[in-house]
Amino acid sequence: MLHSKTFNKKTRGGRIQKLVREVYLRDDIYCGALFCKSCEDKSKARLTATASTILILDTNVVLNQIDLLENPAVEDVVLLSVVLQEVKNKNSAVYGRIRNLIDSPARRFVVFSNEFHRDTYVQTMAGESPNDRNDRAIRVAARWYQSHLGEAVKVLLITNDRENKRKATEEGVSAETIESYVKSLGQPALLDLLVQPASEDVIMEEVEDMRPSKRKVVYPEHKPMSEITSGLTKGIYHQGKLRVNRYNPFEAYVGSESIGDEIVIYGRGNMNRAFDGDVVAVELLPQDQWHEEKSLSIVDEEDEEEDVHLVPGSSDDAPRTSIPVSSSTFDTNPVSSRPSGRVVGIIKRNWHSYCGSLEPMPMPAGSGGLAYALFVSKDRRIPKIRIQTRQLDNLLDKRIIVAVDSWDRQSRHPSGHYVRSIGQIGDRDTETELVLIENDIDARPFSAQVLACLPPLPWSVSSKDLNESNRVDLRHLCVFSVDPPGCKDIDDALHCTMLPTGNFEVGVHIADVTNFVHPGTPLDDEATQRGTSVYLVERRIDMLPKPLTEDICSLRADVERLAFSVIWEMTPEAEIISTKYTKSVIKSRAALSYVEAQARMDDSRLVDPVTKDLRNMNALAKIMRQRRIQRGALTLASAEVKFQIDTETHDPLDIGMYQIREANQMVEEFMLAANVSVAEKILKEFPECSLLRRHPTPTKEMLGPLLRTAAAVGLNLDVTSSKALADSLDCAVGDDPYFNKLIRIMATRCMTQAVYFCSGELSPPEFLHYGLAAPLYTHFTSPIRRYADVIVHRLLAASIGIYKLPTIFRDRPQLTSIADNLNYRHRNAQMASRGSVELHTLIYFRNRPTDTEARIVKMRSNGFIVFVPKFGIEGPVYLTMRGDKGGGEWFVDEQQQKIRKMDGSVSYSILQAVKIHLEVLEPKPNRPKLQLTLL
Amino acid sequence: MEFVNPEGLRLDGRRPMEMRQLRAQIGAVAKADGSAVFEMGNTKVIAAVYGPREVQNRSQQINDQALVRCEYSMANFSTGDRRRKPKGDRRSTEISLVIRQTMEECILTNLMPRSQIDIYVQVLQADGGTRSACINAATLALADAGIPMRDLVTSCSAGFLNSTPLLDLNYVEDSAGGPDVTVGILPKVDKVTLLQMDAKLPIDTFENVMQLAVEGCKAIANYIREVLLENTKQLEYRRGL
Repeated sequence: MLHSKTFNKKTRGGRIQKLVREVYLRDDIYCGALFCKSCEDKSKARLTATASTILILDTNVVLNQIDLLENPAVEDVVLLSVVLQEVKNKNSAVYGRIRNLIDSPARRFVVFSNEFHRDTYVQTMAGESPNDRNDRAIRVAARWYQSHLGEAVKVLLITNDRENKRKATEEGVSAETIESYVKSLGQPALLDLLVQPASEDVIMEEVEDMRPSKRKVVYPEHKPMSEITSGLTKGIYHQGKLRVNRYNPFEAYVGSESIGDEIVIYGRGNMNRAFDGDVVAVELLPQDQWHEEKSLSIVDEEDEEEDVHLVPGSSDDAPRTSIPVSSSTFDTNPVSSRPSGRVVGIIKRNWHSYCGSLEPMPMPAGSGGLAYALFVSKDRRIPKIRIQTRQLDNLLDKRIIVAVDSWDRQSRHPSGHYVRSIGQIGDRDTETELVLIENDIDARPFSAQVLACLPPLPWSVSSKDLNESNRVDLRHLCVFSVDPPGCKDIDDALHCTMLPTGNFEVGVHIADVTNFVHPGTPLDDEATQRGTSVYLVERRIDMLPKPLTEDICSLRADVERLAFSVIWEMTPEAEIISTKYTKSVIKSRAALSYVEAQARMDDSRLVDPVTKDLRNMNALAKIMRQRRIQRGALTLASAEVKFQIDTETHDPLDIGMYQIREANQMVEEFMLAANVSVAEKILKEFPECSLLRRHPTPTKEMLGPLLRTAAAVGLNLDVTSSKALADSLDCAVGDDPYFNKLIRIMATRCMTQAVYFCSGELSPPEFLHYGLAAPLYTHFTSPIRRYADVIVHRLLAASIGIYKLPTIFRDRPQLTSIADNLNYRHRNAQMASRGSVELHTLIYFRNRPTDTEARIVKMRSNGFIVFVPKFGIEGPVYLTMRGDKGGGEWFVDEQQQKIRKMDGSVSYSILQAVKIHLEVLEPKPNRPKLQLTLL
Repeated sequence: MEFVNPEGLRLDGRRPMEMRQLRAQIGAVAKADGSAVFEMGNTKVIAAVYGPREVQNRSQQINDQALVRCEYSMANFSTGDRRRKPKGDRRSTEISLVIRQTMEECILTNLMPRSQIDIYVQVLQADGGTRSACINAATLALADAGIPMRDLVTSCSAGFLNSTPLLDLNYVEDSAGGPDVTVGILPKVDKVTLLQMDAKLPIDTFENVMQLAVEGCKAIANYIREVLLENTKQLEYRRGL
């Protein structure tokens, strides 16, 4: 069975080296056709007997036309290993997508390892380039397929390489280009998915077609790669990732390690066709040009939350946009100019597909259905993309996904192609799906393999569970849970009993998810990928399948459930005497909502056991909370809002701020304590591979805006430590009852996000959780909705010797990559929740223009940003009309954070209350936005 | 890096449980008392055995058993870059020791007191698994020299990459940094005489990997036995029996 052959290969490892590798050519590689009579092993065969044509793809087709291949119209495809190898080397994203297609049981894609097959292995001929050799290998494989399968089936080589096609035809292999093949399928809609050939001459023609006057080079040429590499080593160019300002797409930053600062890039001309996220090479502009450009857009600095405040007429003006600004701004900030530069080359593209809609345009007359349209991404940072479509009338009112293909020097816009449409613009489901897609959230139903991992339903605690030696029977305890109303995934419950000694036994019981989710199963893999449940306004996207989330794991009232318990003995002064960790069986007596729990505690007539326990716990929690605050934990505020949703139409009926009660704080306190206890335990046992959560101390620069605001209102904040900050926040009380909360919200905004990390990666002082003032912290209490907690459960179980530690924990790089994924998913889930809230706010105000009170939180040269406490929204209010930009009528006082009219008649200062009018307008079609105007 | 692709093929086209091609030749050095060339794929090793003979250095003489000495070296041309390496570096000293201990275990040394057996192994071409190849070559050479042995010793390595146990690692797989378990066994008595690994592996995985290596050793033993049988037949034929 083994055939051995050696071949020589030269590689460059500093110098020329001759490498010899063996290749074992096999006769047990099968064609993958179900109807094939000579191949015995059919386990991997997919190609159906009805297939009259079998497609063999060339590398360029896979690389460029992956969107088309993902369409179910293309089936019975053979992917040669030589093609896969080339794709993998050139574009790992496309490789991942093609691998998904191969793995999907619904599709008929097979891999043929031609490089190891006895009859299709091709040896490089003298003087043959690797490319030619691979092309030949593809042709040889195609010919083998034709002779192997016989004349009944047509084997079609799809290639867009003219030379390859010609040679294939000469050798008697039928070959076609992807265009002609798709045309022969007779589905015009598919043609939209095709990537247009990017050869220069075709583009020139098109440009001429569309606007004859603009047939000229728009962008400077990118430098060749060799020049960039040498420039980088010499220090002339700087490498970094380009980040476009979210609120001003004509400004971008490149974080450069070589100069240790961010390089600012102004205008599309300087950006030179780079997209957000691309790795680029940047050349610094001469220093005298920094200044001038700087003054042009100083107002955009730190422009974080603002809804764009300079909207150019169209992106065609982009490279020459200038923003007149009052000279005063220029004077106040003459020295702090950052280096600015321009992009000379793109090292790595970050192109993917984008969601958005087409720019409205009239139907072109008599063009035979083929039309060019401009696509406007919902993400402002992405320039307009030109696409070619045959179904324009169909797409104009749709949200669509578009992928970018190329961007030539001669065209203002990158060209791309249509991928798929999501639905009607403005439709709630469409827009929600858009939010999910934008945040890379997988909302697909769970696959059959995942569901197969679930225990059979209906599930209940069996005697086997009870007899498990590690599991303690705690059904006799009076356990109850407190959650938001309507909560179905109850993952925590509490109990509190008084001991004869006068001490309390307090237990936190967490759903025992790891009893059902075992490492290495498809269910576990899926949960690792999802990372967290996502809570949108009207729906929840689960991390684990519904039976687990809502039934088997959920600690519902009056049913026996498996739990992982942390049990403390506490003195009445809430000092922890001992901590015990154990798996258990519990039976919850009551599933309360926060409101119910609060009402029970407040109602002095009630003396039932649950209420008494609640009161005891609340007393303990208050002491613990007090102690935590003394240690310097920050009480930060957020502007969380709650919608009331119409059960029928799912439209929001009312919104208001989320109210926090004592009961919330009580539960929170015990969860924090449990997390801290578990963090200590797992770190002690596994110092190298524990998953912890840290919150870095904010730097001076990050707190800058907060300090400036505070100074303007005469408040002196001490930010030297979290304790000092907490104290000075407590002292910050103005005449305005809302003042303190506002300051806290602003403080929250200065903090970085807390992140998960693997304990082996950092040194212990860095483990600190700044916000909670805890040296160690982790997440243990919500394993149903967060994967981090599942990992921590496994660590804890291993540390008390119940299970062995899964092998994954021995692999630190992999653990780190899991932690990174969790952070990414967590952030995305938050962004998606916010997106969903924004969407519903918009729907709510669509028919309800409202007048309300707002606070000024930030000054701008032509207006200010206000925060509307009642609805938790924030947005710009313009003092000047959009058309005349600034005009010097208003004057900003940076020091005092005031904006004043030049004649001194009106002035606004920070944190001042103003009356505003809220209304949904649609300044640009398909981009409805909430407009705030001053009353 | 991907060492086993989703189709289940390794970089050189083998499946995870497959060994490289084996080749062996007895009697490569006429002057020696016994010699052999052993190849595992592109790894090629020559072994020469001298002895039993008089002990050269009297002080090393052992009165109740034979003295076994072993010298391992790598030819300068055995790797891609033709660097001149100093003789007797740490690595080759260690491998010499390993081979000596393994061979000592199967030679019936007490039958040849006050004598000396020299085993010289040299790597002609290195492509991973030189240690195993050396032991296999030495076994053949000892058998060729007619030195009494308890059993044949055979050796094979196995590794664990991409969560898959792999048999007989080649150079590329060997330098991936994963665990590399080298096992030497006495196939007839089914005993392990050599077990080496300088990495961490969970114990249950380790058992699988080691089992795989043992299977490899047994396959090699079968091959070596065939070669010896063939050689004996040749000798028979030449003697005209």
